[in-house]
Amino acid sequence: MAAIEQQGAASGRPGSGGGLSMRTKRLLWVWSFLAVPILFYTIIRFYPTFQAFYLSLTSWDLVRPPKLVWFANYIKLFKDPQFWKVFKNTFTYLIIGTPISLVLAFTIAFFLDRVRFMHNLIRALYFLPFLTTAAAMAWVWRWFYQPPPIGVINDVFGMLGIPQQPFIRSTDQALFSIMVTAIWAGLGFQIIIFMAGLRAIPGTFYEAARIDGLGEWAILRKITLPLLKPTTVFLVVFSSIGFLRIFDQVYNMTTNDPGGPLGSTKPLVLMIYQTAFNSYAMGYAAAQTVVLFTILLIVSLLQLWILREKK
Amino acid sequence: MRKATLFAGLVAGFSTFAFNAAQAVEIEYWQYVFDTRVKAMDQLIAEFQKANPGITVKQVTFPYADYQTRVIAANMAGNAPDVMQLFYGWLDKFVAGGLLAPLPKDAFPHDKIEKDFFPIVSAMKRDGEYYGLPTAVRSLALFYNKKLFTEAGLDPNNPPKTLDEFVAAGQKIAKLDGSGNIVVAGSTVDMGGQDHQWWREVLIRQFGGEPYKDGDTKVNYNNEAGLKALNFYTSLQLEKKIGKAGFMDEGQAAFRGGKAGMTIDGTFRLGSFKSIKDFEWGVTELPANAQGVRSNYASYFANGISAKTKGEELEASKKFLAYITSPAAMEIWLKTVGELPALRSAALTDANLKDPIYAPFLKGLEYAHTTLFKDEQGQRQNAIDMVNRVLLEGQSTKDSLAQAAEAEQEMIDAAKP
Repeated sequence: MAAIEQQGAASGRPGSGGGLSMRTKRLLWVWSFLAVPILFYTIIRFYPTFQAFYLSLTSWDLVRPPKLVWFANYIKLFKDPQFWKVFKNTFTYLIIGTPISLVLAFTIAFFLDRVRFMHNLIRALYFLPFLTTAAAMAWVWRWFYQPPPIGVINDVFGMLGIPQQPFIRSTDQALFSIMVTAIWAGLGFQIIIFMAGLRAIPGTFYEAARIDGLGEWAILRKITLPLLKPTTVFLVVFSSIGFLRIFDQVYNMTTNDPGGPLGSTKPLVLMIYQTAFNSYAMGYAAAQTVVLFTILLIVSLLQLWILREKK
Repeated sequence: MRKATLFAGLVAGFSTFAFNAAQAVEIEYWQYVFDTRVKAMDQLIAEFQKANPGITVKQVTFPYADYQTRVIAANMAGNAPDVMQLFYGWLDKFVAGGLLAPLPKDAFPHDKIEKDFFPIVSAMKRDGEYYGLPTAVRSLALFYNKKLFTEAGLDPNNPPKTLDEFVAAGQKIAKLDGSGNIVVAGSTVDMGGQDHQWWREVLIRQFGGEPYKDGDTKVNYNNEAGLKALNFYTSLQLEKKIGKAGFMDEGQAAFRGGKAGMTIDGTFRLGSFKSIKDFEWGVTELPANAQGVRSNYASYFANGISAKTKGEELEASKKFLAYITSPAAMEIWLKTVGELPALRSAALTDANLKDPIYAPFLKGLEYAHTTLFKDEQGQRQNAIDMVNRVLLEGQSTKDSLAQAAEAEQEMIDAAKP
């Protein structure tokens, strides 16, 4: 009520509101509206983020007040063999998962784009896993991967005469078994984005290229891929962040031994979760989140720089 | 006019509030969500309020995963519950955080606690004070599938009594297919289930050792006894081929599915196994060693009173805690939840000791041990990893044991306040 009256007054008698100019008033208005989301964002986003930086320098265990220990958490972290294992796992997910998923998604999108027969149905089928809850999907895959009496994949192997594989019960195969499900789950989204990118390339370019006698391979290399660059950049960054933050699949596929046998599938996020909510070492967990934050920042900036538009 | 009505309303509100406060005390009780536990507690509260008309108890529940965090956060915010449930393993943290008050000696005399409760209640004692009492306790036993016993030519009414008999029965039941995969397990091998407790508190002791020293602050299994216990456990899969880790995903799933002859599990599994329709199963005490030495692992959720509860609320809380740890309450709890009474008199009744399902668990309580975990999840994971290094990576049991002992000691030391 008060706001409306004030607004009416302001527009009714311009220039008389305490000597403020029209421009200042408008600015004040704009900022008073913007202040709400900014304040909200600051309180729920930035404040906890800075708080985490502070906590990472303390030995907070949730029950006693935080005690400043400076860099002790970081020193402990860098000396912890478990951390380096988890670090390696996280980067394996990233370095192997991202390229495979992008190449797969592009190949499927490229050919799906030309398929007219049941195009929508096929596209929907590829997109379906992306809509499914990660936890439900992870449990289904967990059962797929089981040893003989219940595991579908091993049953098929048995029929084909291929030796049984331990999959998520093995220290060598577990990480890749989980990576496959993660790639499969994200594929639908990437295909849709790639297809949108492909559709956005003007058909005239292709016509001109064909008139000039360019082969399919040359068209792909000289026209399609360069023009798809903005899409690719987006997907590389998006998918990398996804792999760096992988958690749902790993957690659900190995709940009884979280992080796989001997931590072979454990990503950084799961380690943070366990440190914080199983061991209640909040300070140590905060130090791990700061490290994850730094990694995410560096990787994202690096990718944007590498894939930047060359002018 | 409007102001006058508002004022009148306020006065009326305050006066009813004051009137109520003089009449009745309300206390809050917190526990985690588990259907039967919540129902049992509702019933206990109803009974308690009938007997104590001046006191109202409000039950508040949270999902298990959030429970600890909620209690701690509420305490910091000054909204702590008056009476709360806590796992015995959380006591150090709760005491250090000043959440719990020592139980008042007038209402809960120590000699009476020590005489009436099972000895494992000592896990709630710190520096000469008790900080909580359990309503119910849990112990382990050996579940066995009578159908598979009969099929293997074993007597379904005479389950294994010793470790040797356990291994022999397991070998008879286990079935392998042409490529050597287990089709039916003799017994489950699942460190992620209860086997890590079995190894720690039972097998190590049966092979002549003691898992920890100095109030469970010094790891004491990197020796002959620990090695023998680990060798025995890993040989179940590696040499005797009785079972395989990861078979049917989880041990309890394999047993439920009728694909495992035996499994070691706790009272808390009874509810889930009671719905098995395909076969008859039985329960027996954990196997003894050749010299007849038995051990068991028991655990429990205790109830404590908040350090912030004072005055009338404290008096009401004392009454409530005394009621929920009384034989009458334990009987309701046993019937509704299926957990064993924590008082000897309520547990060791003729009816319970004749019950084929409860009796083995109850016998186990007499000689059970409770590990004073410093970082329960971490110590569990450490034991799982120790066995996995042997089963999956082929590390020698000796090296794996030494590595586990060192890592666990570090974990315990790090958890020290």
